Amino acid sequence: MIQRRVKTFGRGVHPPEHKDATKDLAVKRLGFAPELVVPLLQHLGAPARPIVRKGQEVVRGEPIAAPGGFVSVPMHAPATGVVARIDKAVTATGHMAPAIIIKPYPGSTQQILYTGEADIDAMTPEQIVAAVQDTGMVGLGGAAFPTHVKMAVPQGKTVDTVIANGCECEPYLTTDHRLMLEQHENLFRGIAIALKATGAREAIIGIEDNKPDVIDALRAKLNGNAPIRVEPVKTKYPQGAEKMLIKALLRREVPSGGLPVDVHVGVFNVATLAQLAELMPRRRGLIERIVTITGPGVQKPGNYLVPLGTPLRYIFDQVGLNRDARQIILGGPMMGLSVASLDVPVTKGVSGIIVLTEEETAARPNKIYPCIKCGQCVEACPVSLNPSLMGDMARRREYKRMEDQYHLNDCFECACCTYVCPSNIPLVQYFRVAKALNREKKAPANG
Amino acid sequence: MAEPQRIFELYSSPHLKRPVSTDIIMRNVVMALAPVVAFSTYQFGVSALLLVLTGMTASVAAEFVFTRMSRRDNTLGDWSAAVTGLLLALTLPPGFPLWMAAVGGVISVALGKAVFGGLGVNIFNPALVGRAFLQATFPVAITTWTPAFVPGRFIETVPSTLAAPFMQPAPVADYVARAVDGFTGATPLALLKFQHIDTDNLRLLFGMTSGSAGETAALLILLCGAYLAVRRMLDWRIVAAVLGSVFIFSGAFYLAGHGKYPDPFFMLFSGGLMLGAVFMATDMVTSPTTPRGIWIYGVLIGAVTVVIRLKGGLPEGVMYAILLGNGVAPLIDTLTQPRIYGAPRKRLFPQKTAKQTEATK
Repeated sequence: MIQRRVKTFGRGVHPPEHKDATKDLAVKRLGFAPELVVPLLQHLGAPARPIVRKGQEVVRGEPIAAPGGFVSVPMHAPATGVVARIDKAVTATGHMAPAIIIKPYPGSTQQILYTGEADIDAMTPEQIVAAVQDTGMVGLGGAAFPTHVKMAVPQGKTVDTVIANGCECEPYLTTDHRLMLEQHENLFRGIAIALKATGAREAIIGIEDNKPDVIDALRAKLNGNAPIRVEPVKTKYPQGAEKMLIKALLRREVPSGGLPVDVHVGVFNVATLAQLAELMPRRRGLIERIVTITGPGVQKPGNYLVPLGTPLRYIFDQVGLNRDARQIILGGPMMGLSVASLDVPVTKGVSGIIVLTEEETAARPNKIYPCIKCGQCVEACPVSLNPSLMGDMARRREYKRMEDQYHLNDCFECACCTYVCPSNIPLVQYFRVAKALNREKKAPANG
Repeated sequence: MAEPQRIFELYSSPHLKRPVSTDIIMRNVVMALAPVVAFSTYQFGVSALLLVLTGMTASVAAEFVFTRMSRRDNTLGDWSAAVTGLLLALTLPPGFPLWMAAVGGVISVALGKAVFGGLGVNIFNPALVGRAFLQATFPVAITTWTPAFVPGRFIETVPSTLAAPFMQPAPVADYVARAVDGFTGATPLALLKFQHIDTDNLRLLFGMTSGSAGETAALLILLCGAYLAVRRMLDWRIVAAVLGSVFIFSGAFYLAGHGKYPDPFFMLFSGGLMLGAVFMATDMVTSPTTPRGIWIYGVLIGAVTVVIRLKGGLPEGVMYAILLGNGVAPLIDTLTQPRIYGAPRKRLFPQKTAKQTEATK
């Protein structure tokens, strides 16, 4: 028999995976911190509006903030307790942002008291979209884009395929790996919801081929009779970027500046779908998520179910931090954010907490050499940009030219270019700055 | 008990890096050339070794002085000046006067690199800029090749090696006269061009001919290049494009010329082609970065080499071909930017839309 080549996209990189420490560890629950900090903006879009007052008692699962528009989601109380205050709190980016701070009652349990009922089978697509928004669901893979917005197919457009994204291409992270093994029923039901909302006929679960156990288990469970099929894709970063995954699985390319719906596809992270299936039938909200807590700086690495709003300080009290810990990363090591404060809370988009020690931070080459035009970044860029040329332009501050002639805005900041650069030029950081400055220039000057 | 204050460092992503950096690449190029230098020393004796050491010392010293003068950080640590000096020396005749080599080493760094602003922004391969300068300045010395495998080459230098600056170099006739049978001073390309004498391809492959210090052992150079290519420090596509295009173009001449032109294997293994294709055309700074551009650049260099060798007045054309390729590399880059993900595909022959087909009926 002819061995079929594993599906993939062009270019990209393959960093060391570092997944062995946690991929075989079942998900464990973490308790409630003495104070839970729920920022009003944990997603892309408009911040939520608080609907509770200081001193008000809340029940675990109850809505505490309403969406601030269509591209926005509500927040729910992660624990039964009392609203200590509504105040500015430190966030992952280092900025202070408004948050609802809840003091859980001592002895407050994991039981979710706030609950309702919904019959998904009887709902129209519009009703499903509204119900999805009520759960406060966002893309749990890390982008944190409101899920209901992606499920609402615009007038005149159609979706024929739903892709459940189980790639988990970022090194260290194993949350989706565990979730697909432990919650496959939820995943299948979540896919059914997405199919119904978008009107798609079939669904593909895309999984990187470094998770053969998951591929086998899901295939056995599906038994080939559902409109769902499991498709292995090559283990390569950024396979889990939705545009790359669409190309790999369907050979379709999302037009530059467009959305997956333009090529009749909806892409959802597997954890997002599984959580939806868990929450929607009971009209509950998103109040906890699985986080991979790992890295050489952590004493008890694992996959933990963490209540949203839990500050890092409490997490490290539970899992133990080594003395030589030097850097904390929220998310994956390729696109994640480095944070300095232990007061930063876990939010909806945090898929991993990685702690590196002095050994790793010191070993990372950091001396910047001039660009030697080696072209490795050109070979690595999944979008086929020319990071080398754009890096030069950024240094000359030709930000406009980068956007107009070299497709700066097609860069989705996967950081492959910077990963391979032998001259250690912080290319992707240059591009972030360039984009921000271009945006600033375009924004109408307000007062 | 108070919790000790912990300090965490902040970095921008990515937080993983491939552990390869520019200095490591350059250092590996120097290491990869060590076997070539060793063979050259075995072949041409102590003169060749002195030549290499002089070239490297001059380039490195010039780099040091120029970075000092421009008040920039010392860049000796990136090893690029060492690579420049080493490559320059390998392109020179083994008996080349050392003082001229030193001038070449300084000029390579000065006019090849420093005037443009240092590593990364130079247009032309610095070593070849130095060689072009030497060719224009010392036309006789740079075309005076001494034979390989001269007895006593390990204990004494070629007389011209130690010539004093601006003096008439010592005559080399006595030295040449000692050559063993079958080894003359003339290079295979010169023999062919001016005396119509063909050299056996196997001797070319294993470096059993005269020529510049580091250009003779074609097979050894290829192996050293393969080491770098495997470590992803050298772009094999450029080597393949240059050699492939030389083979195809010279093959076409060979077939059309009815014995008037050398066979393509001779063209591949003679002269500075191997050294140029493997170690100079692949210079990252002066070659294109786009996938299509790399092939165009390589084919161009190969074609120009063949034309100069077979149709031009010079026996060898690799240097000028590469310098020309360097010159147009930025243009090639600009014209061959790849189609980005999600941009419409350009068709050479646009397909008719349904409407147009209807209209033509």
